[in-house]
Amino acid sequence: MTPTTLNQTGTTMAGTTRLSVRNIRKSFGTHEVLRGISLDARDGDVISLLGASGSGKSTFLRCINLLEIADHGEISVDGELIQMEQRGGKNVPANRRQVDRIRSELGMVFQSFNLWSHMTILENVIEGPVHVLKRPRAECIAEAEVLLEKVGIAEKRNAYPAHLSGGQQQRAAIARSLAMKPKVMLFDEPTSALDPELVGEVLRVMRSLAEEGMTMLVVTHEMSFARNVSNRVIFMKSGEIDSDGAPDQLFGSGGSPSFRQFIGNFGG
Amino acid sequence: MDITFMFETMKTLLAALPMTLALFSLSVFFGGLLALVIVWMRVSGNTIARNFAKGYIFVFRGSPLLIQMFLIFYGLGQFGFIRYSFLWPALREPFVCAVLSLALCTAGYTAEIFRFGLRAIPAKEIEAARSVGMSGFLLTRRILAPIAFRHALPAYSTEVVMMVKSTALASLVTVWEVTGVAQRLISQTYRTMEVFLCAAAIYLILNFLILQAMALLEYKLTPHRRAAPLFPVPQR
Repeated sequence: MTPTTLNQTGTTMAGTTRLSVRNIRKSFGTHEVLRGISLDARDGDVISLLGASGSGKSTFLRCINLLEIADHGEISVDGELIQMEQRGGKNVPANRRQVDRIRSELGMVFQSFNLWSHMTILENVIEGPVHVLKRPRAECIAEAEVLLEKVGIAEKRNAYPAHLSGGQQQRAAIARSLAMKPKVMLFDEPTSALDPELVGEVLRVMRSLAEEGMTMLVVTHEMSFARNVSNRVIFMKSGEIDSDGAPDQLFGSGGSPSFRQFIGNFGG
Repeated sequence: MDITFMFETMKTLLAALPMTLALFSLSVFFGGLLALVIVWMRVSGNTIARNFAKGYIFVFRGSPLLIQMFLIFYGLGQFGFIRYSFLWPALREPFVCAVLSLALCTAGYTAEIFRFGLRAIPAKEIEAARSVGMSGFLLTRRILAPIAFRHALPAYSTEVVMMVKSTALASLVTVWEVTGVAQRLISQTYRTMEVFLCAAAIYLILNFLILQAMALLEYKLTPHRRAAPLFPVPQR
């Protein structure tokens, strides 16, 4: 880490820690993708993770909900530490039920939406609440309709994913995550697979979530979102946190030379 | 062409149709169940289970069904421990042997068809299911099986139709289904053409109905693969 690491953003001083990540390391073969990443997200934090492709930001996000298993490090969600153990020389989750439960508390939004193609939009949204959380179906449908209204695709409830535009599919995927009432939302480049004219509608939904106080970790290349919506920006470089701070400060004069060069490529 | 004879032949053959249907439905049912077990072993992480399933599929897919049927019908009785076991009253029945060999054979094919269905599931949809907290049986029941079944359905329809035709082999172990009765009629009348034409017509109509039903099932299960409706879907 470089001396530019600055942590306090000042906006969420009293918030409880929703997500705590300690010293995550991950290698694919001999290539070390994450070289010891630590991060705390407090209630209502909106953290943008920036970095060139290959800097490890998506892998980092996927390690948090164990879609990738970190080789080393600790992850706690809302104060609960995910139990890991060594098996056959590898770091693996010790308790599958705990992993399932933690995943159900972390909303994940993928780059390519990953909706279940054989289910309607409404079915996609109620699937988790009904079958994972075992909540009454009628209640879940009523909530799902409110969520679909909120993301602006209520009229598409009985359509199938393939019949929607990319922007609509991503908004449906956000509604699907929200239906689980997550403690933290993880966004993995949510607008990177979209046509430019569809990016705005997804960013608007994300912005309104941020304003409602949702704790969010967003891997993104949308500089305007990082600058205007998030209260903290983390810039990753070669598997490490290069710069970390409030957007005003980083985009102002606080960023490292690498960060300046990175945003220079975006015309920022 | 002797219409009266054809009519009488048809009546005699149709009397044997329930036997053909019984062979078919029992073997598809038990073969399907067994296929689920085999495919579960085939894709499991357990080396012994996986290799057993591979061996099973190799044997039952790689050898002629007729030989399998003969081995079960004529062969099993040579073993004292089977002949004197509680299973023998069932295993000496030609019908039981025929269903058993048909089911064992179709299980091998069906397991492979289901496995291809599983392989066709988009990894991203599995990842999405894991990310909401699904795993194990819930993941299989809600996401893997429904998607795999939809992918497997066209190939599975073909296997089901093959099974209808394979029931004809049961005539060679003295089960009086449509083909067996047809051969008996021929040996009595020497009118090969008429009798076999009638038998073929019965199989054709039966398979036509089965394929229509399978196509309808596929249509009902895959609205997402069709173009979006031009008018908004009516709200429930």
